[in-house]
Amino acid sequence: MKTSLAMSLFLVGFSAFAVMNLTACTRSADKGKASEVGGEGKGVATKPGAGIKIGLVLDKGGRDDKSFNTAAFRGATKAAQELGIELKEVESPDDAAFEPALRTFAEREYPLVFAIGFAQIDAVKKVAPQFPKTHFAIVDGIVDMPNVKSLMFAEHEGSYLVGYLAGLMTKSNKVGFIGGMDIALIRRFQTGYEAGVKAANSKAEAIINYVGVNSSAWANPSRGKELALAQYGRGVDVIFHAAGASGIGLFDAAAEKKAFAIGCDSNQNGIKPGRVATSMLKRVDTAVFEAIKMQIEGKFQGGVQYFGLKDKGIDYAIDDNNAKLIEPYKAKLEEVREKIIKGDIKVPDYYEMNKK
Amino acid sequence: MIWDMVGDILMSALRLSVPILFAAFGGLLSERSGIANIALEANLLFSAFVGAAVTALTGDVWVGAFAGIAASVVVGFLFGSVCIWGRGDQIVIGTAFNLLAFGLIPVFTKALFNVTGSTPALSTEQTFHQPLVFFALAIMVMFSLEILFRFTRHGLRVTAAGENPAALLTQGVNHNLVRLRAVTEGAVLTGLGGVYLSLCQGSGYIREMSAGRGFIALAALIFGGWRPLPTFAACFFFAIADAIQMQLQGQKIAEVTVPNQFIQILPYVATLFVLIFYATRMRAPAAINRDF
Repeated sequence: MKTSLAMSLFLVGFSAFAVMNLTACTRSADKGKASEVGGEGKGVATKPGAGIKIGLVLDKGGRDDKSFNTAAFRGATKAAQELGIELKEVESPDDAAFEPALRTFAEREYPLVFAIGFAQIDAVKKVAPQFPKTHFAIVDGIVDMPNVKSLMFAEHEGSYLVGYLAGLMTKSNKVGFIGGMDIALIRRFQTGYEAGVKAANSKAEAIINYVGVNSSAWANPSRGKELALAQYGRGVDVIFHAAGASGIGLFDAAAEKKAFAIGCDSNQNGIKPGRVATSMLKRVDTAVFEAIKMQIEGKFQGGVQYFGLKDKGIDYAIDDNNAKLIEPYKAKLEEVREKIIKGDIKVPDYYEMNKK
Repeated sequence: MIWDMVGDILMSALRLSVPILFAAFGGLLSERSGIANIALEANLLFSAFVGAAVTALTGDVWVGAFAGIAASVVVGFLFGSVCIWGRGDQIVIGTAFNLLAFGLIPVFTKALFNVTGSTPALSTEQTFHQPLVFFALAIMVMFSLEILFRFTRHGLRVTAAGENPAALLTQGVNHNLVRLRAVTEGAVLTGLGGVYLSLCQGSGYIREMSAGRGFIALAALIFGGWRPLPTFAACFFFAIADAIQMQLQGQKIAEVTVPNQFIQILPYVATLFVLIFYATRMRAPAAINRDF
């Protein structure tokens, strides 16, 4: 009896805490931005998006996962700087926080609210019908409603390309893949990657690992590192990750073992310069920026928008950190890219494979 | 081939066990004195964060490590004080401390580095690279704790404070001070685990990077019957189950690739089985979560 009372008190307290946290977040953001706009003076008025409020609900990896969420935030920040929109972002401590966060934005009459990540599909499905005048945009998930735009990426195409690179680079004929959770989205990375590896080097074998079974799998770098060390120990010399912040452990392992890693979503080449062969770029930033632009221009429409190699929504990163490393393979990679765009190479798509 | 794999699994288990070991020993000291400590997660997070943040700011990993342990001590001291003199339910207070860690650390990172929840990545010179030294230290801690509880006055007083604080009081010893000292000493150990997470196993602090290790440590400590040696064994058991899981993922067993999901549940299944067989032998300190 005593414990159940304590438990319910705890639950009530916790939910109160979560809600307070959320509102406090948006409030303080309100103030901060308000003073900023005031400080900048009238110069902002010329920007097309001045005064338009955009809400951004990030996935659990948070604004600084240096990967997926960072990309989304970067796109929105760019819109704030170039188009003059008012950006407010919220990070969700857990799955239960998505829905109230989206609703809070909608209730405050934000014209466009972003839901970043597949985990928010259910929350968007619930909230979007209640606010038909509010526009929503979700990344990595399809929600079929007139006021929701679904931003989908051809992860398999980019994964194929970096898989091809791994296949060319490996000397041991063993390459690795580390996913966050074993879910359809990450399987899409994996199957594309495996196909790319095989195409480049038929003798090469890919070892596949997953970090965990719950959402902490995206923020557990020590496990990421341990898995990478295990793979390197088995003779693997290049590893690609799709594991959010857990992937940072991979770069530590690569530096320790003097082996190679391939980054994901954002450009991660600079995390351990010289050890990161390239990063598969998922231009969530471009997608977010473009959606905001459409909103400002009044062209925002519901429906699914696809991004792939063709429109550079999917790409791979070349910068000072890996230019030398990737030089011998660059011509070949460009050739493969062209073939995928033209349709000469059919990259297996896990989503399609699963429909049958 | 097979021996290579066994070696890899053992090394991996050593590295994985370190943070759980330190957290479990920290929790053990606290719980034996009668303070139920579910705030281990908070201790781990604060020490991991402060360790990484101070290292990033000063550039010296040793300064960072000591700052991280000091942070854990402060958290432990506060937790102990609130439990003892606030007289609330220790589970509720522990939960509050965990929530505080989840919420407060992003505020600090925002103020210090203008990012929410992580510290800048540290270079290879700014981290430790000797997980085995940490593991050896954990073994030494285990023996020290055995000696402490068996042969020293302080150890006996800690046990008495956890079992029968009234008896301790009749001896003229303030059980509250004994408890506070035990919790704070435990925090030093847990702090070592946190520092290991961000400065040896990782290179910088990532949001909520303890990923439930505080609770795994708590389970290991209960499973070890609140005694140092069995707790050590329990931690190592968890670590080895995890290491095997990691090595087996994607490995072909007799030409068949076992689905990852099956491999990934191994540690949990193993834990369940062991708990079923050993559950009856566990006995918590009698005065845990109680004054008298």
